[in-house]
Amino acid sequence: MSLLKYESQLREPLVDGDKNYHQVTEDIIGPIETKPTRLWWIGLSIAIALLIFGVYSVYREVVYGIGQWNLNRTVGWGWDITNFVWWIGIGHAGTLISAILLLFRQGWRTGVNRAAEAMTIFAVICAGQFPIFHMGRVWMGFFVMPYPNTRGPLWPNFNSALLWDVFAVSTYFTVSLLFWYTGLLPDFATIRDRAKTKFRKMFYGLASFGWTGSTKHWQRQESLALVLAGLATPLVLSVHTIVSFDFATSVIPGWHTTIFPPYFVAGAIFSGFAMVQSLLIITRKVLHLEDYITIGHIEAMNKVIVLTGSIVGCAYLSELFVAWYSQNTYEWWAFRENRVNIFSPYGWAYYGMMFCNVVSPQLFWSRKLRRNVLFTFFMAVLINVGMWFERFVIIVTSIYRDFLPSSWTTYYSPSIWEIGFYLGTFGLFFTCYFLFAKFFPVIAVAEIKHILKTSGENYKAKMTDLEKKDSEKFYIEEVEHAH
Amino acid sequence: MIKKFVVGTFTDEKVLFPAVKNVRRAGYKIHDVYTPFPVHGLDHAMGLRETSLHTMGFIYGITGTAVAIGGMGWIFTTDWPLNIGGKPHFPLPAFIPIAFELTVLFSAVGMVWTFCWLCKMMPGVKKHHFSPRATDDAFVMVIECTEKNNESEIESFLESNGAIEINVQEAEDGWWFGRYDKEQKLYRTEPLEIE
Repeated sequence: MSLLKYESQLREPLVDGDKNYHQVTEDIIGPIETKPTRLWWIGLSIAIALLIFGVYSVYREVVYGIGQWNLNRTVGWGWDITNFVWWIGIGHAGTLISAILLLFRQGWRTGVNRAAEAMTIFAVICAGQFPIFHMGRVWMGFFVMPYPNTRGPLWPNFNSALLWDVFAVSTYFTVSLLFWYTGLLPDFATIRDRAKTKFRKMFYGLASFGWTGSTKHWQRQESLALVLAGLATPLVLSVHTIVSFDFATSVIPGWHTTIFPPYFVAGAIFSGFAMVQSLLIITRKVLHLEDYITIGHIEAMNKVIVLTGSIVGCAYLSELFVAWYSQNTYEWWAFRENRVNIFSPYGWAYYGMMFCNVVSPQLFWSRKLRRNVLFTFFMAVLINVGMWFERFVIIVTSIYRDFLPSSWTTYYSPSIWEIGFYLGTFGLFFTCYFLFAKFFPVIAVAEIKHILKTSGENYKAKMTDLEKKDSEKFYIEEVEHAH
Repeated sequence: MIKKFVVGTFTDEKVLFPAVKNVRRAGYKIHDVYTPFPVHGLDHAMGLRETSLHTMGFIYGITGTAVAIGGMGWIFTTDWPLNIGGKPHFPLPAFIPIAFELTVLFSAVGMVWTFCWLCKMMPGVKKHHFSPRATDDAFVMVIECTEKNNESEIESFLESNGAIEINVQEAEDGWWFGRYDKEQKLYRTEPLEIE
């Protein structure tokens, strides 16, 4: 069982090149032990500059109030909630990769899970900023927490989808963080044990919690990872379901639909994978990790993108169909006049969304394009733009014309501080990601070693002889003594 | 407690497994085998029992469910019954999302805490590392010396079983607070007492 190091030749190797365990450590930990490059400093500086602009934008919002944003009478949710849903959607790929693909025993997750989980955590941090600062009086933010207080006690409304969101997002963040960090412990120990400098010994010594690699600890760690994956799988689905409830449980035409939960979840995975692609394509190039994040990995993720993109496309069309078929005047009007009508004020957003999310991913049916790194990168950016449009379409086009036509004249466009807030979260995200890519192992070293002898290119090459072997002889020689 | 150990380093799983089997058959006490990644089946080969961490996860999980349902129910029916659009005071379907989230939260946090507790892990904890290669590319088998056997016997036994590097170490087998950039300082400094 354990020594059966055989995998079909039909499967592409997951680790290219002639590797052994030590070489894997060298390749992945090596970049952490060198001085950061100029490019890294430039990238980090840009990210920090954006972050500072974002902090100033938020400062203005806190000091002068929500009036700093161009929200108006009908558009109470604009860029802020659009960005919240966009970021939280991006934050879904990491846990999907690490949890669902772990349960499905997909070997290719090992190359991408660490960076994807990190991306998830950073994206959820960015997402969280929007509803927090949208509260206006952010210093009252703790009111959402149910605890016995001297204000009554005043409890939050547990029937409210917005409160469910508080629980869903904070739970998702905590569980993702724990999942990510327990996976990081062995790799921190690897860095610690080969550290030459005092600082690295101390920092990674603290970060590794004193991990030794004991068999019993590994056994517990694997059990923990499996149960956390089992918990995180429904959690991923629940989080975006609950985010969609923010809209679906209201009575606004365009929001009040039962299709929202699956539609949102598919869209989240779709945009999350696109973000993972765009980050990993750069990371693998800069850190020279092409052997670990292979074209095969990129293709596998592109397959997920085309699947989820098609689900999203079906959702758009069925939503449109049901709006017409329901014979609900308001629902159909919201779709016909506020979205499909290209001459309506926000018609461009609807068609932008349709093009980026439905039409363009279909190109990934071509194997050649799926395996083209540059094209994938371009598509990943396009999809993320499209998914931003989707959230904007859902939120703004549903509310900018309310039941009182006299308030239709106001056209909502963001103020500089709203845009600044959004750019600021980009700064936050990339600052975190740059630090992560420099100081943390971007690929799960232990997990790569675990699959190396089954899925490494040089080991697979030796398996051709195994394939020719008589099955009985194969069992006696390769399997039996493992038991 | 400071003990004496014989440390054998292996680089191939195919050699390690029969070696573990032989060492156990010969009656030596395997202190532990340190590996850079989870080697499936090694725990069974060493005769370790299955972990019951997942049972704890279940217990934490149902605690979370009970806290959520109980807490929300008590608040809405007893502590401060609020009329929200004429809806029932105990709307179970509306409680499901939060109950689910708290189940997952309690279970995950509880399990990770228990994991750290059982493995004696936290920032600032230090343990003796028998070989730096145990987190890189080698499988390090550590056998404890007892009064029944002597170290040279174990050494030659490990050698015949394919260990590529063998040495004897005296070390604290537990954990203590310390830093990895400092020289190893054990919290107990009495002279060695073996036998």
